[in-house]
Amino acid sequence: MRPIRGGHLLSLDGVSRDQVLDVLDTAESFVEVNRRTIRKVPALTGRVVASLFFEESTRTRLSFETAAKRLSADVISLAVASSSVKKGESLRDTISTVEALGLDAVVLRHRSSGAAEQVARFVPHVHVINAGDGQHQHPTQGLLDAFTVRQVLAERHGTSGPESGAELFAGLRVVIVGDIRHSRVARSDIAVYLALGATVRVVGPGTLVPAEVAQWGVEVSDDLDEALEWAQIVGLLRLQVERGGGEFVPSLGEFSTHWGLSVERLGALSPDTLVMHPGPMNRGVEIAHAVADSPQSLVTRQVANGVPVRMAVLYLTVAGGEDR
Amino acid sequence: MNRLVLRGGEVVGPLGVRRADVLVDDGRVIEVGPALEVANAVEIDCAGSYVGPAFVDLHAHLREPGGRGAETVHSGARAGVVGGYGALVAMPNTEPALDSVPLVRDVLERGRSSVLDVAVCAAITVGRAGERLAPLADLASIGVHLFSDDGTGVANPLVMRRALEYARPLGVRLAQHCEDAALCEGGVMNEGEWSLRLGLGGRPAAAEEMMVARDLELVRLTGGRLHFLHLSTLRSLELVEAARAEGLDVTFEVTPHHLTLDESACAEYDPDFKVHPPLRPRQDVEGLRRWAREGRLDAVATDHAPHTPEAKDRPFDEAPAGLLGLEHAASLVHEALGENNPVELFRLLSRGPARIAGLDRRGAFGLSAHGGDVAPGEDANLVVFEPTATWVVDRTRLQSRATNTPYHGRSLVGRVRHTLVRGQLRVREGDLR
Repeated sequence: MRPIRGGHLLSLDGVSRDQVLDVLDTAESFVEVNRRTIRKVPALTGRVVASLFFEESTRTRLSFETAAKRLSADVISLAVASSSVKKGESLRDTISTVEALGLDAVVLRHRSSGAAEQVARFVPHVHVINAGDGQHQHPTQGLLDAFTVRQVLAERHGTSGPESGAELFAGLRVVIVGDIRHSRVARSDIAVYLALGATVRVVGPGTLVPAEVAQWGVEVSDDLDEALEWAQIVGLLRLQVERGGGEFVPSLGEFSTHWGLSVERLGALSPDTLVMHPGPMNRGVEIAHAVADSPQSLVTRQVANGVPVRMAVLYLTVAGGEDR
Repeated sequence: MNRLVLRGGEVVGPLGVRRADVLVDDGRVIEVGPALEVANAVEIDCAGSYVGPAFVDLHAHLREPGGRGAETVHSGARAGVVGGYGALVAMPNTEPALDSVPLVRDVLERGRSSVLDVAVCAAITVGRAGERLAPLADLASIGVHLFSDDGTGVANPLVMRRALEYARPLGVRLAQHCEDAALCEGGVMNEGEWSLRLGLGGRPAAAEEMMVARDLELVRLTGGRLHFLHLSTLRSLELVEAARAEGLDVTFEVTPHHLTLDESACAEYDPDFKVHPPLRPRQDVEGLRRWAREGRLDAVATDHAPHTPEAKDRPFDEAPAGLLGLEHAASLVHEALGENNPVELFRLLSRGPARIAGLDRRGAFGLSAHGGDVAPGEDANLVVFEPTATWVVDRTRLQSRATNTPYHGRSLVGRVRHTLVRGQLRVREGDLR
C-alpha cells in the first residue's frame, strides 16, 4: 500500500503491519490529550482540513472534526444538503472549488465506492482521507477497531499498546458476522486484522457472504454458533437495509434469529470474548438491546477511540510525521 | 484527380498476401499486379504495409439524434476513416431510438454527406422498450439489414420469439445485447473477486451466458437468424459455436476491448473502463485471444460508445457505460492476433462484418460493397495498414468528439496509414484529408 505518512489514507487493502502499528502507536500518544483539561495540541496549527460529507453521518463527521480541532487545524465543513452539489455540481468541481480556498487535507465521505480514490487523483497534492466510500472501505474505522482491541487486550495483560506492538494479535481469533457484501467496515476490518496477524472468520447469510470472500485470506463459516464459540473477538456489522441489504434476507426477523447476537448467544460466549459494532446499531436486528449494553460490548470505547485514531491519521498524513 | 496507385504494398486476400500495386480510378479497383506502369495517377506509398478491404464496423454508436454533444454521424465517420473503416453500422439507441423509417432515413442522409458509408441498425421494438415490434418490414424494404435494441437486450422471450419469426422471411438479421437485466441489477463491473474487493456491484458472466443460451433456444424454435453482439466470455463463445455446429444461423462479434483489457483495469475507479458487458477476468481475455488466433471468431466490432466528459466525470457507479473504439480497433486486433496474421486481421475487421451487415454487396441504402477482394472491378474501399509502426494513443488528438478512451497513453503496434472510400483518399499517412 502507498505510504500513509505524508500521503493519503484511501483504503486498508494491502496495508502492512508496520503501517498499522505506526497509526496505532501515534494514536496512543493522543489519548492522553483527550484526557487533559485543555484538549488541544498545536500539531496542525495553520493547516486547513475540509470535511466533505456527501452522505449523512453525524458520528464519523463529529469524530473527524473533533480530531482536527484538537490538532489545532482549521476545519472547513461542507454541508451537502445546502451545497451546490444539490444543484448538480460534479464531485471534481466541488473539490476544485474547496481546494481553491486553500487546504491541506480532505476528509471525504461519499456514497460511491472509489470516490476517495478519484478525489485523490483530482487534487493529488491535497491529503485525502477516506471517511467511508460506498461499499468499499472505511479505513479509520478499521484502525480504531484494531486500536480498541489492542487497548483492551493490553490492559488485560498488564502492558500498554505500544509495548505490545502486534503481539497480542498473533493468532487472535476474530469472527465477523453479517452483511459482509455491502460493508465497507468489514473490508477495512478484515485487512487490518490480517495485517496484524489475526485469524479471521466470516459468517452470515449466503446472499451477504459472497464465495469470493475466501480469496481475501479469511475462513468462511456456515455455523454461527460454532464460530462464536471459537471467537475471541466478535465483530458485528450493521445490516445495510438502506443499501438494499434488506432484499438479501427474507425478513429482519429471520436475519436476527439466525445471525443476530441475541442474549442467549451472548450467554454462550466465553466471558472474555469481546463484542464490537461500528454503529449505528440496528438494535434488535444484528445485536440485541441488552447485548449492546453488556460489559463485553466495546461499542462506546470504539466511539471514544475514534478521536485519537483520527487525530493520528490526520497528523501522519498532513504533517507526515514531522517532529512535534 | 481520382486516379490513384497504391504502390509497393502487400495485398491481403482471403488466403494470403502478395506484393502488388493497386490502381484505383473512378471509385473502382482497375488493376492489381506487380510494378504497374501507370501514368497520370497520384502515387501512394504503401511499402511495408498491408493493403486490404477497408474495415467495416458492425457496432458504432454515432449518437444522432439526441446525443450530438458526444458524437455526430460526421465526427464518428471521421473517427472511422482514421481507424481504417470504410463503413459503419450506426446503432439505434439514440434519443429517440431509430425505430421508424423517417428516423433511419435521417441518419442515412447524414451518412451520405460523411466521409464513409453509413448503414443503420434499426430497433427491434418501438422505443427499444421491449414490448411492441418496430416496423421491421417497412425498415427492411428501405434496406435495413440488422435490427437490435442494443444498450439492452430484448428481455421478454415472447417478444424476442415474435421478432425472430417476423424477421425470418424478411431476410434480415436480429442482433442481441445479451445481459439479463434482472441479474445485472446494480452491477457496474464484472462480478467476481475484484468487484467484491472494490465494493462495486457486479454483472455476472452468467447474466450474459444465460441470455445467449435462451436466445439460441429461441433461434432453434423459430429458425430465425441472430447475431450476438459483443460476446465477452469464453462460455458464450462455446455456446454459440456448438449451436452453429447443429446448423443454427447465428453469428457473433467480440470487441477490441474484451480482447485486450481485463477487469483489473477497474481497480482505480476510472469510468473510462466502465463498459457493458463489463471487462472480464484474465482467463476470458486470454480465451478470446486464443479463439482469435485459432480463427474461430466471426467478426470484431468496436461498440464505439462516445460519452461527454461531463457524463463520464462522475463516480464509477454513476458514470455511463461505454468507451471509444474506432480509432484504435485495428491496432488492438493486430496485437491480439500476435502481430503477424494479416489474413485474419482483414477477415475479422472487414470480410466477416461486411457479410453479417449485408454490406458485402452494393445496393443496401445505395452504399458501395465492402469486405471484398482487392481485385479489378471491386469498389475501391481500401485500407493500408502498417503492421510495424508504433504510436501512442492521445485522447486530445482523436477525431471523435468524445475522449473516453481507456487506451490513453498506451503505445500500440500497427497503424492505419491510408484509407480510401469509394476511391476517394480520405486518410493519407494517418491524416484526415
